[in-house]
Amino acid sequence: MSTWRIARLIAAKDLRIEWRSRVVTNQVLPFAALVMVLFAFALDNDNVLTRVAPGLVWLATMFSMLVLVQRAFAVETADGALDALQVAGVRPGGIFLGKSLALAAQLAVLETVLLIAAVVLYQAELQASGAVLLVTTFAAATTGLAFVGTLYGGLAAGAKGRETLLPLLMLPVVAPVLIGATRATEAAFGTNGASSSEGWPWIGLLILFAVLFGAGGTLAFGSLIDE
Amino acid sequence: MEPVVHLADVVAVLGGFPVLAGADLTVQRGEILLLRGPNGAGKTSLLRLCAGLLPVERGSATVLGCDLAVDRTVVRSRVGLLGHANGLYADLTVADNVAFWGATVGATKDEVAGSLARMGLDGRLADVHVGRLSAGQRRRTALACLVARRAELWLLDEPHAGLDAAGRDELDATLREAAASGATVMVASHELERAGALATRVVEVVGGQVRQAGTP
Amino acid sequence: MTPTDTPTSDTSPIDPAAAVRRPTGTAFTRALGVASLVGIVWLVLFGLFLSPNDASQKAGVRILYIHVPSAWLAYLAFIVTGVSSAAYLFKRTRSLTWDRIAGASAEVGVLFMGVALITGSLWGRISWGIFWTWDSRLTTTAFLFVTYIGYLAVRGLGGSHQQRARRSAIIALLAVLEVPLVHFSVKWWRPLHQQESVAEGKLSGLMLFSLFVGIVSFTLLYVWLVLHRQRVLAMEDSLDDQGLDQALAERRAEGAQV
Repeated sequence: MSTWRIARLIAAKDLRIEWRSRVVTNQVLPFAALVMVLFAFALDNDNVLTRVAPGLVWLATMFSMLVLVQRAFAVETADGALDALQVAGVRPGGIFLGKSLALAAQLAVLETVLLIAAVVLYQAELQASGAVLLVTTFAAATTGLAFVGTLYGGLAAGAKGRETLLPLLMLPVVAPVLIGATRATEAAFGTNGASSSEGWPWIGLLILFAVLFGAGGTLAFGSLIDE
Repeated sequence: MEPVVHLADVVAVLGGFPVLAGADLTVQRGEILLLRGPNGAGKTSLLRLCAGLLPVERGSATVLGCDLAVDRTVVRSRVGLLGHANGLYADLTVADNVAFWGATVGATKDEVAGSLARMGLDGRLADVHVGRLSAGQRRRTALACLVARRAELWLLDEPHAGLDAAGRDELDATLREAAASGATVMVASHELERAGALATRVVEVVGGQVRQAGTP
Repeated sequence: MTPTDTPTSDTSPIDPAAAVRRPTGTAFTRALGVASLVGIVWLVLFGLFLSPNDASQKAGVRILYIHVPSAWLAYLAFIVTGVSSAAYLFKRTRSLTWDRIAGASAEVGVLFMGVALITGSLWGRISWGIFWTWDSRLTTTAFLFVTYIGYLAVRGLGGSHQQRARRSAIIALLAVLEVPLVHFSVKWWRPLHQQESVAEGKLSGLMLFSLFVGIVSFTLLYVWLVLHRQRVLAMEDSLDDQGLDQALAERRAEGAQV
């Protein structure tokens, strides 16, 4: 069975589980919105909030992603399904790509909600001229985040104390995405008078990040989840 | 003919503890082998090792012609393991679970439907979420997933546990059928009368080693 | 990590013959230890007493004699970890020795990096008036510090020696991917960073010599620490293996009783 077919199979399975259980919809999205409200309490200034809105969107994405990743692998380890997937002879690269695909889809929903929250709560203004840049930024950053989340989530899945290990391993790695995606989003929003042309170099960084971790994860995932 | 499983002085370690301490075992094609022995003797580890999940620390192990010391990943697609855990997704229905596990080995829709029918899950139960099932029904679902996998070597760890009388009969018939069609079956069980009637040979697992116990 | 720290025969219940005092020192490491000790005495002498105050930083410049060697060693240690991890993953050179060198080097590297970060921010406070600045070099260093703490946590996850080695080697190589990405993204983010280079050309001859003494003696210290730590790790691993032989015998006896 080809790697791509198995990836689609696993992604469809993960999304179906989410569709049936609604854990992300009913718990993670409200959590993310709550984080946005708490930022407003902490910063307590409308001008500041509008200025830092792009950064807060990505920060809230990363914190919520920790929960998403834990959930994605809790589903696999609860009844020994990760073992069963390995015994099924499924190529680890396929598991990696499939779980990444499902995680990316969930992240995309999450980011959309956070973007709307930024507009509503922080008076961030979307510009028509930055629309292409914005969509490209979100696509590239989401891909990179999904790869890193799946890679480190898989490593932590079999380990004791995984809840504490995952943030320690994952957050330093996604720092370049936080920087790159925030700057590109600022450019798309026109925050602080930034023009959208300033955003494109950051897209290069985000794509490089996604390609490196996508390739690394496809190769290394088998060794990380194996006993 | 080359044996399906050949273990020679195999040592396997889990968390620093030698779960297998020099196991020797040869299983021929078409056999239904019963593994019996006290709790903690190494039956589960033996099955997991044959499935390519537990690494071989010392000794040599060949399963379906693959040397597990060299590469224990290639054998995996050809064996089917039913462990203590069922490997089911609680938020999916019975039919979805069987369809998913069948699809991982490229089973067709008909084959998946056949597996469901084989374990008596084709009726009302098919659309129930696994999380709502009783332990015995989950076991049946896991067995249907195993049937859909069409493995050459079936590895079952306490498969009778939790099943009702009808489920046990269906399981036994399925295993006999599999063996008759050329598959090989290894069953670890405490239910000696039940499994003994099914098995063509019995071995005793004690202290991480395997002893012959003759035919049942 | 001196020879007296190794377990003596009466503390090991497993196998008295194998638990005979086996020091981690050899003639070479003893010479190395003495040399680095002499170097550190020299460093104290030059750094604190013989070298002059800097014109602008006054005595604050003396922190650099520790800070620069620590930072240099921290980076060297992580390069060694990365190269050893790659050597482990490469099939022809696969050996647990590479894994232990990688682990030992990362432990010592984290130590030096901690020293470098603390001394660096103290120096920054004295000469720039601030403890921290979002310069790419500083930020990368901080991320490297956290990343390798994570690496050491992965090493401690348990499992067989091979499993530990493979997993941690992959994590180390992923860190090699991560660090340049962090570095360049911070650099692009804050292009106008402060001139943090060690006051190039402003150091007098004696100051440069003190710095040189620091780098040499810290490098010797690093090699000494890694060699010892690597040997201690090897002993721990072989103790595990001996424990396994013992456990195997017990496991077999369990079968004989029935």
